[in-house]
Amino acid sequence: MRLNKTVKALAVALPMFALAACSSTSEESEQSQTDTNSQQSAMEETVQVTAAEREAMIAEQKRQQLAEQLEALRSEHIVYFDFDTSTLNSQFASILDAHAKFLSENSNVNVLIEGHADERGTPEYNIALGERRAKAVETYLQNMGVSSSQISVVSYGEEKPMVKDRSESAFAKNRRAVLVY
Amino acid sequence: MKKLNTFIAFLILLFTSKAFAALEIVITEGVDSARPIAVLPFKWNGTGMMPESLSEVISNDLRRSGKFNPIPESNFPQKISHVNQIDYSAWANKGVEAVLVGEVSEVSIGRYLVKYQLVDVIRGQITGGKSQMMSNGQLVQASDHIYVDKAAEITANQFRRYAHTISNVVYEKLTGTRGAFLTKIAYVIVRDTGNYPYQLVISDYDGFNEHVLLSSKEPLMSPTWHPNGNLLAYVTFENHQAQIFSIDIYTGQRKMLTSHNGINSAPRWSPDGKQLAMVLSKDGNPEIYIMDVATKNLRRVTRHRAIDTEPSWSPDGNSLIFSSERGGKAQLYRVDLVSGKKRRLTFDGEMNLGGSLTPDGRQLIMVNRTRGQYHLAKQELSSNVFQVLTKTRLDESPSVAPNGGMIIYSTLHNNRQVLSLVSVDGRFKARLPAKDGEVKAPAWSPFL
Repeated sequence: MRLNKTVKALAVALPMFALAACSSTSEESEQSQTDTNSQQSAMEETVQVTAAEREAMIAEQKRQQLAEQLEALRSEHIVYFDFDTSTLNSQFASILDAHAKFLSENSNVNVLIEGHADERGTPEYNIALGERRAKAVETYLQNMGVSSSQISVVSYGEEKPMVKDRSESAFAKNRRAVLVY
Repeated sequence: MKKLNTFIAFLILLFTSKAFAALEIVITEGVDSARPIAVLPFKWNGTGMMPESLSEVISNDLRRSGKFNPIPESNFPQKISHVNQIDYSAWANKGVEAVLVGEVSEVSIGRYLVKYQLVDVIRGQITGGKSQMMSNGQLVQASDHIYVDKAAEITANQFRRYAHTISNVVYEKLTGTRGAFLTKIAYVIVRDTGNYPYQLVISDYDGFNEHVLLSSKEPLMSPTWHPNGNLLAYVTFENHQAQIFSIDIYTGQRKMLTSHNGINSAPRWSPDGKQLAMVLSKDGNPEIYIMDVATKNLRRVTRHRAIDTEPSWSPDGNSLIFSSERGGKAQLYRVDLVSGKKRRLTFDGEMNLGGSLTPDGRQLIMVNRTRGQYHLAKQELSSNVFQVLTKTRLDESPSVAPNGGMIIYSTLHNNRQVLSLVSVDGRFKARLPAKDGEVKAPAWSPFL
């Protein structure tokens, strides 16, 4: 929500900045001809320009902040499931809460939730299971205030294992939902 | 030196001819009671070498059917190429019940005449090959000991195909069931390397003539044959969501069939090819739908908050088998498409998935989970007799041959997914190891 406002402010401020830049050059070309009176107006122009730059700096800071936040979220973006279940394990609540907070604060950011399964069970059943896992995450985020329009879901079933092995630990790594920005 | 060169040339020849088979069939469990027969090398009347050995292909076909045990050449009491040279007693003493003999003659450049006879050894021994019968009130010479006596002209590149044709004739004559040696399989190969790790592939049933239809950066799933044998439907993620496409195997032409929100999965053509059963989750969770292929109109078949998936048509097209978690863990159900009535079919083990009926509609083939192990199983519908068919690991995606004799499926071997075969009676088992990559989702074609 806050980002949205910043973007709107930028949308207003940027053209103003451009306008100011335009007018200042034309003033200057006029100024060079003789007028000494326009010093003050030039001062005003300068003040205005500085203000616009500060606005841009704030926007830039916000953008960097967002990027850093996204970076942080991307490093903690996988939740794991028990065999043949789509119940969210409470140990992953903090991860999902962080994503939910970020998404509800930045309503212009969208997330894709990928659902995955281990190799046990048929590939077609696992597509259904993977979707159920992704949807469990979707529901959790929605309950935490994220708009459903920000979330899309895809199930890859057992087709994209994270670990290509057939041990219990590999299976555990592959039973997952991944939040992708 | 010259000998060594010839030897090397022979080796190269051996390897190049082997290289045609992308999947090589290795029999892991034979059938002791398979019927002993003899497939004699066809006599060659021509210059140079015969383009390809017919008898080797035929012998392999018959052995892999699980019904026959072609005896080794070292046990042959005589080497002949026509029925009138046969010593019936000699073959009968070897326990052989039928003998296939033949010859190949080069008739012009690139054209070959193949003649062959399938002989009933026991009948021949009784009548001495000279039985007589009444015809129009006269006693005439009969040859009821000769099952088949045929000839055909073929080109050099038709040898494999014609060998499979002969196998079909022998199989049908001796078992009464149509042979499936001229069929194909479709499957998916996944490789670790390369820009296009997912491939949709077809080959002859024995792994020869492999042809990559499609390569993709994203997963490909669930290939399934149209009853006309020209089209496949499959699931692709090339647009980062599941979609069902069809591809014409002879023109390569592709069509998008469905692209709904959520799951688009598990396509299966109806026996008349006019409808496609599938799983969509566009209305909330996975449900079975039937799409009219011409109009794309959808009919919803299931309505349950549990997972419903893996539809498979009964041979008469009047009902669908499907997997459902409506009763807790996944089990197989049957829905009557006229009345809409649903009935649970399976109760054995912790879970049953991926069900389909044999072509005669009498046996249900499935993936069964018992004590955490996934194996193929079958259940006779009339008696509910349940039998586990395989002992391999993580068995899935069973597909039954159109004559109902064999099942091809995907399993783990040396930590890789490979295709395997098991006869519907569970007695014959073979593996089709691939050169590289994981091979899965096999689908046996209809009769071609």
